[in-house]
Amino acid sequence: MRAYTPKDDVQAKAYYTDRFYVAPQVPKQDVENDEVFAADLAAIKAKFEVSDAYIQVSNMVVYINAKDIYGVLELMRDELDYTQLSEMSAIDWLAKDNTFEIFYQMLSMKKRKRIRVKYFIENGQAVDSVEKLFRCADWSEREMFDMFGIEANNHPFMKRILMPYDWQGNPLLKTYPLEGDEFAAWYEVDKIFGKEARDIIGPEIRDTARVDRYDSERFARLGFEVPKGTEITDDMPRTEQKYQEDDGVFLIKKYDKESSVIVDDPQR
Amino acid sequence: MAQHKVNYTQDGGLPVALTSIDKIVNWGRSNSLWALTYGLACCGIEMMASGASRFDFDRYGTIFRASPRQADVMIVAGTLTKKHAEFIKRLYDQMTEPRWVISMGSCANTGGMFNTYATVQGCDRVIPVDLYLPGCAPRPETLQYGVMLLQQKIRANKAGNAQKSKRLM
Repeated sequence: MRAYTPKDDVQAKAYYTDRFYVAPQVPKQDVENDEVFAADLAAIKAKFEVSDAYIQVSNMVVYINAKDIYGVLELMRDELDYTQLSEMSAIDWLAKDNTFEIFYQMLSMKKRKRIRVKYFIENGQAVDSVEKLFRCADWSEREMFDMFGIEANNHPFMKRILMPYDWQGNPLLKTYPLEGDEFAAWYEVDKIFGKEARDIIGPEIRDTARVDRYDSERFARLGFEVPKGTEITDDMPRTEQKYQEDDGVFLIKKYDKESSVIVDDPQR
Repeated sequence: MAQHKVNYTQDGGLPVALTSIDKIVNWGRSNSLWALTYGLACCGIEMMASGASRFDFDRYGTIFRASPRQADVMIVAGTLTKKHAEFIKRLYDQMTEPRWVISMGSCANTGGMFNTYATVQGCDRVIPVDLYLPGCAPRPETLQYGVMLLQQKIRANKAGNAQKSKRLM
């Protein structure tokens, strides 16, 4: 016997999952293959602890300790010519081992190379701000705080950047629902009208295909129209409306639904 | 100054027109619908196109104003985010009565394709809306037609009646 699984909402789930699926990995190369990267890595290793390093799609990825980030980026900027911080953010690995992975994508215009500096932090731990080194990190760290709830120490203005200041929740966490939680659903109503207006305004309607067939004020069901404001009941006869002139137009035959035939035989 | 002498009695045409107060007030209101510049997203581009020379909103007396205190109609053109919801309410409150709202495009009508945590699912959750324009984005012709429909709506109502707000407060 096969174990019973609930059949409701099956279409929303993945139709077919391969039990033997292996996620494709981007091939990693040794750092020694590139002499520029090898020299950079040696310079970093001379001062800081590096737990892992490899080259992936011509980017060198370097894993360091969280406490060394300011020193590593300062070294890279001042001595190794990685003068730009292209982007930085976090990756949510909370489901796997309750950690965040923080990455800093560095660019050297002089060497034409890119290095990605990475480290892991525990959930709830703060990172060191690199805003003093790179001004662009100001907003990036604020966005990281906004989206993941990771605070940056020594940041001049550690506040949300995209969401409103009084927002609750961190939308880029994998546990955050895309359509928002309870707080998000009532945010504008609570803020503008107060909680007591919830009953009057009602919940959000997120089904865009929803048509209320009892609503004759805002909707007209094509072909079954009633005058505006008519009270529609269940036992109402659904009179179909036809719009084309009964005689038809010159050369055009009127479509009659009753006498139409559905062709289901492909050989016909 | 007119140089010629006007014969007022000619053809029985005294410079007098008889009408009702309602009609003349509504005529004035409907033909000088000053719109609040409210481009929130890509629908705003279509709204700008409607105001520019090709479609030329000025023909209807619809002139875009940058201040809610000078505006009669708010054209909500684009995605209304939850962060912005309080501001749209505040701007609506700052408009002088009578005031009307046109919700332009799918995003303003229902949230549209932004079925997310950050988008207000229809700007009628915040302000009362008179007219919903479908489309993503609606063509300038749609907006013109919408403004004409709003003019018809204004003319159909009694001018003296205070506007009934669709929602509470």
